[in-house]
Amino acid sequence: MVLLVEDDPSVREGLGLALRRQGHDVRAAGTGEEGVERLRESRPDIVVLDIMLPGIDGFETCRRMRVQAEVPIIMLTARGDDFDVVAGLEAGADDYVVKPVEPRVLEARIRAVLRRTVPEPSAVERHGSLVIDRAGLQVLKDDVKVALTPTELKLLLELSRTPGRVLTRQQILEAVWEHDYLGDSRLVDACVQRLRAKIEDVPSEPGYVHTVRGFGYRFGPR
Amino acid sequence: MRSLFRGLRPRLMAAFLLLTLLGAVAAAGATYATARNLLLEDAQNRFMNPLVEDVRIYAPRLTVPPRQQDLDDFATYLRGSAVVLFEGRRSRSGPDQSFIPAQMRESLKTSRTVLWQRRTDLPHPYVVIGIPLLHADGTATGVEVWSLTSLDAPQRAIDSFATAAWVGVSLVLPLALGLALLTARGVLRPVRRLGAAARALGSGRLDTRVDDRGSDELADLARTFNRAAEQLEATQAASRRFVADVSHELRTPLTAMSAVTAVLDEDAGSLPEDTAVAARLVSAETRKLTRLVNDLMEISRFDEGRNVLELDDWDIGTAVRDTLAARGWTSAVDAELPEGVVGRVDRRRLDVVVANLVGNALKHGGAPVRVAVRPDAIEVSDSGPGIPPDALPHIFDRFYKADTARSRSEGSGLGLAIAWENARLHGGTITAANAPSGGAVFTLRLPW
Repeated sequence: MVLLVEDDPSVREGLGLALRRQGHDVRAAGTGEEGVERLRESRPDIVVLDIMLPGIDGFETCRRMRVQAEVPIIMLTARGDDFDVVAGLEAGADDYVVKPVEPRVLEARIRAVLRRTVPEPSAVERHGSLVIDRAGLQVLKDDVKVALTPTELKLLLELSRTPGRVLTRQQILEAVWEHDYLGDSRLVDACVQRLRAKIEDVPSEPGYVHTVRGFGYRFGPR
Repeated sequence: MRSLFRGLRPRLMAAFLLLTLLGAVAAAGATYATARNLLLEDAQNRFMNPLVEDVRIYAPRLTVPPRQQDLDDFATYLRGSAVVLFEGRRSRSGPDQSFIPAQMRESLKTSRTVLWQRRTDLPHPYVVIGIPLLHADGTATGVEVWSLTSLDAPQRAIDSFATAAWVGVSLVLPLALGLALLTARGVLRPVRRLGAAARALGSGRLDTRVDDRGSDELADLARTFNRAAEQLEATQAASRRFVADVSHELRTPLTAMSAVTAVLDEDAGSLPEDTAVAARLVSAETRKLTRLVNDLMEISRFDEGRNVLELDDWDIGTAVRDTLAARGWTSAVDAELPEGVVGRVDRRRLDVVVANLVGNALKHGGAPVRVAVRPDAIEVSDSGPGIPPDALPHIFDRFYKADTARSRSEGSGLGLAIAWENARLHGGTITAANAPSGGAVFTLRLPW
């Protein structure tokens, strides 16, 4: 089920129609407050969230939703401004599309974000104080379950698959976001930041997800 | 030669030189003339006055008509420097009388005063003096005293004066030239700065301003220029803001329309024929409009300087190959993509540039389209008719279409402009040219 938060009635109706045609169950909200409310009631699989909203804006709505649930959020940015994109990603969005968006683009992004991580029949891995269970799709830190969004989980599984090896942002984008071509590498950076905040002892001095300047990221406990 | 005097500097210098020359020549000439007269007069007087005085003293002793002895005595009294004549006879001593001009001789017959003449018919200048002896009642006695003296010494002095004057002129001329250069620079530097600023303004750098300190006419001109530039900049900013605002306002309705185009496309098959045509038309035009608005927004972001580079090291050949593959152009394009050309570029922007250039070549050029990665450039060439020469300077202009008959449907008209802006953001260039063998060649050079 898709929760669509968009103030413009025509856009809401148009996107709602398009998404329904793609086989999604769509709930719509006209304001950020209403969106947060709907999220609580209806537990959607994904949120499509406009940035320009009356009342609390998209960034704040995104933050409030993040507190509530690990639901994937795709931002609809009306400007395509770098500032908006960065702010949106910092607020916790998993991905973004720029208005006016072609329905197939939005659909591809939604499908990519929604694609469940497939459980793998592999042993539980232990990296330092981090336990990654690929079969159970869980991550424990100091034996406590870490609440990761689907994108964060996918990112961690992807990075930890080849400890010690450097993955470029582009490789990560293709593997995690399924951006077939030239996605925005800031998506990776923003998601890594969020992931670090959850799994690192000191996020500013990462012990698991290391930045390799100019190339990408490398997973490996110290 | 004419072009040599067209510039302000040569003209100023010529004017200065001429003025100096005229002034110096006039001053030297006046000095020369005055000095010459004074010197000559002085020389004459020094010679003439004693002679006249001697004649005046001796005259009462002379019997008239004089005998030959009287003439000789007179001449001896005058120390042989003069010849004394009386009606065809002459004193034995004194210079030969051939020096006396006939006309002067005639005049002296009736003259009651001393006659003198400066003559230059000989190699050295000289003065001829004729003194008539008069009776007490003032009538002529017929006795004449003639003498001549060289003006060599004063002439030499005058000549050295003239030389000095010329030397002075020749010394002043370089000074005048230097002064002319200084003045020219003082005038020309601000003029040149204004020229450069005007060119910069003309090439689109509307934030160009010139130093307008000072209170002379040039500073006035500079202030006028700055005001004009400010107005131009404000006007352009307003119109760009307007485009950005319009594009922005178009986005929301376009998002709604764009969202439902797929529905129109899918269901068109089951609609009555006219309605289906209408639905497909609306759908297709909505997509075009979407692209146009997206391109307009992109251009607006460039205009407002809101686009930033995300530089990274990329293998250029691979990047171009990916661009072609992502658009399904791999088989349509003849690509020469060596590996190992690594550049520090914004890959998304490089993709936009290459896609726009190749897309443009595929649409407007003729097959085969070639893409070649060189160590320092990317070349996109086609085998079409090339770009008309008058279109070449405008090929990167917004909404410029080389072929006016070309239909609107082939793109937003902003593709090449966006490519150009992206290259510029990298600090690089795109140039368009026609290959000798025909066909257009676009060369992208980025500082990688």
